[in-house]
Amino acid sequence: MNRILEKRQLSDNVFGMKLEAPLIAQARKAGQFIILMVDEEAGERIPLTIADADAKAGTISIIFQTVGATTMKLSKKEVGDSLPAVLGPLGRPTDIRGENGEKPGHVVCVGGGIGVAPMHPIAQALKAAGNRVTIIMGARNKSLFVMEDEMRKIAGDDLILMTDDGSSGRKGLVTEPLKELCEAGAVDEVIAIGPPIMMKFCALTTKPYGVKTVASLNTIMIDGTGMCGGCRVSVGGETKFVCVDGPEFDAHQVDWDLMLKRMGAFKPQEIAARDHACNLFKGI
Amino acid sequence: MAIPPQAMPEQDAKVRAHNMNEVALGYTPEMAKCEASRCMQCPTKPCTQGCPVAIDIPGFLAKAAEGDFEGALAIIRKTSLLPAVCGRVCPQEKQCQKYCTMGKMLKDVDKAVAIGRVERFCADWARAEKKEATTTAATPTGKRVAIIGSGPASITCAADCARAGHDVTMFEAFHKAGGVLVYGIPEFRLPKAIVQDEIDGLKKLGVKIELNYVVGRTRKLRDLIDKDGFDAVFVGTGAGLPKFMNIEGENLVGVFSANEYLTRANLMKAYDEAGHDTPFWHGKRVAVLGGGNVAMDASRMALRLGADKVYLIYRRSEAEMPARKEEVHHAKEEGVEFLVLQNAKRVLGDDQGKVAGLECLKYELGEPDASGRRSPVAIPGSEFTLDVDTVVVAVGNASNPLIPTTTEGLEINKRGNITVDPDTNMTSIPGVFAGGDIVLGAATVILAMGEGRRAAAGINAYLKR
Repeated sequence: MNRILEKRQLSDNVFGMKLEAPLIAQARKAGQFIILMVDEEAGERIPLTIADADAKAGTISIIFQTVGATTMKLSKKEVGDSLPAVLGPLGRPTDIRGENGEKPGHVVCVGGGIGVAPMHPIAQALKAAGNRVTIIMGARNKSLFVMEDEMRKIAGDDLILMTDDGSSGRKGLVTEPLKELCEAGAVDEVIAIGPPIMMKFCALTTKPYGVKTVASLNTIMIDGTGMCGGCRVSVGGETKFVCVDGPEFDAHQVDWDLMLKRMGAFKPQEIAARDHACNLFKGI
Repeated sequence: MAIPPQAMPEQDAKVRAHNMNEVALGYTPEMAKCEASRCMQCPTKPCTQGCPVAIDIPGFLAKAAEGDFEGALAIIRKTSLLPAVCGRVCPQEKQCQKYCTMGKMLKDVDKAVAIGRVERFCADWARAEKKEATTTAATPTGKRVAIIGSGPASITCAADCARAGHDVTMFEAFHKAGGVLVYGIPEFRLPKAIVQDEIDGLKKLGVKIELNYVVGRTRKLRDLIDKDGFDAVFVGTGAGLPKFMNIEGENLVGVFSANEYLTRANLMKAYDEAGHDTPFWHGKRVAVLGGGNVAMDASRMALRLGADKVYLIYRRSEAEMPARKEEVHHAKEEGVEFLVLQNAKRVLGDDQGKVAGLECLKYELGEPDASGRRSPVAIPGSEFTLDVDTVVVAVGNASNPLIPTTTEGLEINKRGNITVDPDTNMTSIPGVFAGGDIVLGAATVILAMGEGRRAAAGINAYLKR
């Protein structure tokens, strides 16, 4: 169970893995995520979005960045190793424009950093539902782009690359082309997935144009089934649980500043745990 | 009446407030015999009427008084599957012991025969002596039963279905089985080795346990019947949706549901930071909101994890507190400060979004409300601020909507609880049964167990048709 079938290093600290998870592969829909553990006795539970799945082969793909102790330990696992816990698919699937009666239109997908990974199945589904899909990918530099080829397959010429340093595509932030597209007036919906700060600014960018904007949140979770409430966010003044009410919400209604603060709740402990894990691996 | 009640040996309050070991140490065989011999063997057995699963209490006490602990346990096990657990966590003073004639004669429920303690002793004695429950599994029926959840209701239902000869599979979303017994109730009140023994017991009965499997998401409930070949399903998913107060500042950093606070500490073992990755919030000044067992557990856990000051804030008076009397007593002994007839009004934050204080209001008791308890009424203008850095909300749980929202045709009531036939615990879907907190709303381990048992009887009858 939960065997690692493939492993790729995509950049300095970004890895891709294909996991054996037949039931999740069958059940998952675009926008859903898993919770996994790397160490059964001492490990923590972390949510990761599903980048791709093959129901026939019974596999799911994940892409992750080594930001904490668990992702660091995960990056040291090899093909053939098994993970003690993989739970999912969790969360509500994305509401794909064109699937539930409304007319397909022009949807802009904004993926920042490894946020491109969870965007992949959503963009695929949007395309399949008959939408015109424009994809804006952003990263600090060229080497940090993931799944560029897969995204180009979906968006074709409507793929816009943005880097902070201009090493690929345009130099600048994802909000620049987003604003231009909204300005041109031909956008029906925006979906943003990436660092919270990027999603916050995407929401601020589209708000004046009144364009429906959805963001996929990746808050701190334990169980992922609504039991702990650690993932709660304030949306339109109401408390919502990302794990069961989300992970996608109206980006114009999310209290981003509060969410950013909540995501930093355990920063000191997380840094200490990561450094501890780091030293352990150096010791090996 | 000449025999005084036998006090429970306990760890010293000052010492135990800083360790995770069990607080109540348990009777010696002599103490158990002595306490059991206080039972007057009333022919009407009023105590049994107070027991949600109607254990023959005078019967087992008579055996225990003779020193026949194995015989005593056999009587308990006829109706109760989890004596080691229930002896520890049942609110005996509101159940069996409330009706004990000895307590009535001495005009003090605390002087009733300590039925729970003797029950616990018998179970612990059997564990220590490795006397396993004699289980006579019936011949295999070839029928398959799915049990969703692994808490007290599910454990009981699984055991009874397995004993009836069915092929039973239990599905648990977490990476460890036991439900609230492992994520909620702390080690110092219910050692996890006891829960593990019960789970191991299920495995010996042939029950298969699928961890990391969330029915409703990994697979829909109906798929279990339509595609996976299960003949009956039991839903025992509990009341796992924490309620909040809906007050200003409740999403600040440092405000936790008791579920999250306790799960981090218990299941994820965050108290042992040297070896565990899940971080814990080490508040120095902690306010716990609520007056139930979970509030007691959270406040006592806060002390053990290094808090200097723990307040327990409850809006009614101590007489209305739903917690077990013993837990209230233990919490006070350990240094938790009780602020009764007070309630949180809003959580104050600093510029980092962290908890910087708690504004509270004082209350007085008014007329009885729907629950029969006198309702708390806020005293206008009585606001005051407590200096705290952590707030734990322990005001109860609503029913988890995951199964009802993903199962077409499953009827629920206004509160989101699954509605069942009161005799069989069958839901609106034939072959699908439910029990425990998902039916009752947040209740107790023993009631959940009783429900699991009734549902198992319902399932067994359903599968015989």
